[in-house]
Amino acid sequence: MALSNMVLIPAYNEASRIAQVVLSIKKICPYLDVVVISDGSSDDTAKIARNIGAVVLSHPFNMGYGVAIQTGYKYALANNYDYLVQLDADGQHDPSCIPALLAPVQSGEADIAIGSRFLGNSYHPPFLRRLGMSLFRLIVSRVTGRQVTDTTSGFQAFNRDVIAFFATDIFPVDYPDADMLIMLHRAGFRMTEVPVRMFENSDGTSMHSGLKPLYYMFKMLLSIGVTLMRNKGKRL
Amino acid sequence: MPVSQKIFALLICCFVFVVTVNLVRKRKLREEYSVLWLLTSLLMFVLVLRYEWLVALTGFIGAGLPTTTLFICSIIFLILIAVQFSIKISKLTEQVKDLAQENALLRSDVEHLMRQAPEEQNYGSRKSGS
Repeated sequence: MALSNMVLIPAYNEASRIAQVVLSIKKICPYLDVVVISDGSSDDTAKIARNIGAVVLSHPFNMGYGVAIQTGYKYALANNYDYLVQLDADGQHDPSCIPALLAPVQSGEADIAIGSRFLGNSYHPPFLRRLGMSLFRLIVSRVTGRQVTDTTSGFQAFNRDVIAFFATDIFPVDYPDADMLIMLHRAGFRMTEVPVRMFENSDGTSMHSGLKPLYYMFKMLLSIGVTLMRNKGKRL
Repeated sequence: MPVSQKIFALLICCFVFVVTVNLVRKRKLREEYSVLWLLTSLLMFVLVLRYEWLVALTGFIGAGLPTTTLFICSIIFLILIAVQFSIKISKLTEQVKDLAQENALLRSDVEHLMRQAPEEQNYGSRKSGS
C-alpha cells in the first residue's frame, strides 16, 4: 500500500493568502493531501481553501495555534496518514523546502525534521527576540545533548509515531516550541534539523506581539521546568 | 470574645452551612464544590464555641488576637477555593478544546458524506432506470 502524506496548514483569517499557499503546495508537491485548519476564522479562509481542493476542518471558535495543529494531528491519526508536514498559512514558509524536510523522515533517519531558518541562512531577528531564542536554544541543546538552532520553527515534518504522540493530552497546546522538543527527546524520538527558507511576514504582524513575549518566556521556562520534572512519557 | 461577636460568628457559620446544603439540595451546587464551604463553616463554628481552642491556635500560629486567627482561616479558605476553581477551569478548558476539535473532525466527516450522498443517489437512480 502506498504511504500517504499530508500537509497541515493552521489558518486564522488568512483569506488573502491561503489560496496562494495551498496552490503552490499543490504545484510543488501534488502527492500531498492538503488539510487546512480554519481556527474560528471570521473571513472566507475555509471557503477559499475548500474551493481549491483542500480538506478544511473548522473550529467553532478561535482556540489558538497549538490547538489548531493538534486538530490536524488528530485528523491525520484518524485517517491513517504516515507522514505529516506542517507549515504556516501566512506564506512565511517556502513550500519548495517540503521535499527536503520530508526526506529524512521518510528515509527513517529521523522521526521529526525541523525546518531551521538559521542553518545556512542569514536570518536576523530583532535583539530581544534573538536573546530569547538564544536562551531557549541553549536550554534545548543542553537538555537534548545536540545542537538545535531553531526552537521556534513551525515548519516541521514527522512520522506516524510522532503524530500519535502529539494527538494525546501530552501535547502543549499553549505555544508548543522548546518544551515540545524536550518532550520529544525525552520520549526517545529522533530529531534532525533541515535548512529551510523563511520569508519575512508580509504584513509584519506576529503572534508574538504586545505583552505576549513576556508571557511566552514565563510559560516556556515553566513548561520546560515541569517537563523535566515529569516522567519521560512514552512513545505510543 | 464578647457574646455579641460570638452570636454573630455563629449565625454566619449557620447561614453559610444552611445556604450551601440548600444549594446542593436544589442541585445548583455540586457536592464536590460544597465540601470546602461546609468544612470551613463547621471549623469556624467549632472554633467560636470552643474559644479556648481558638486561643490555643492563636498562640500556636503567633497571631495577636483570636479574631485575627478567624480572618486568617477565612483567607486560607478563600485561597483554597480559588485554587480549586483554577484547577477546574484548567480541566474545563482542556475539555472544551477536545470538544471543539472533535466537532471540527465530525463536521468534516459530515461534509464529506454529504458530498458523497448526491453522487450515490445519482448512481442509484441510473441503476433503477436501466
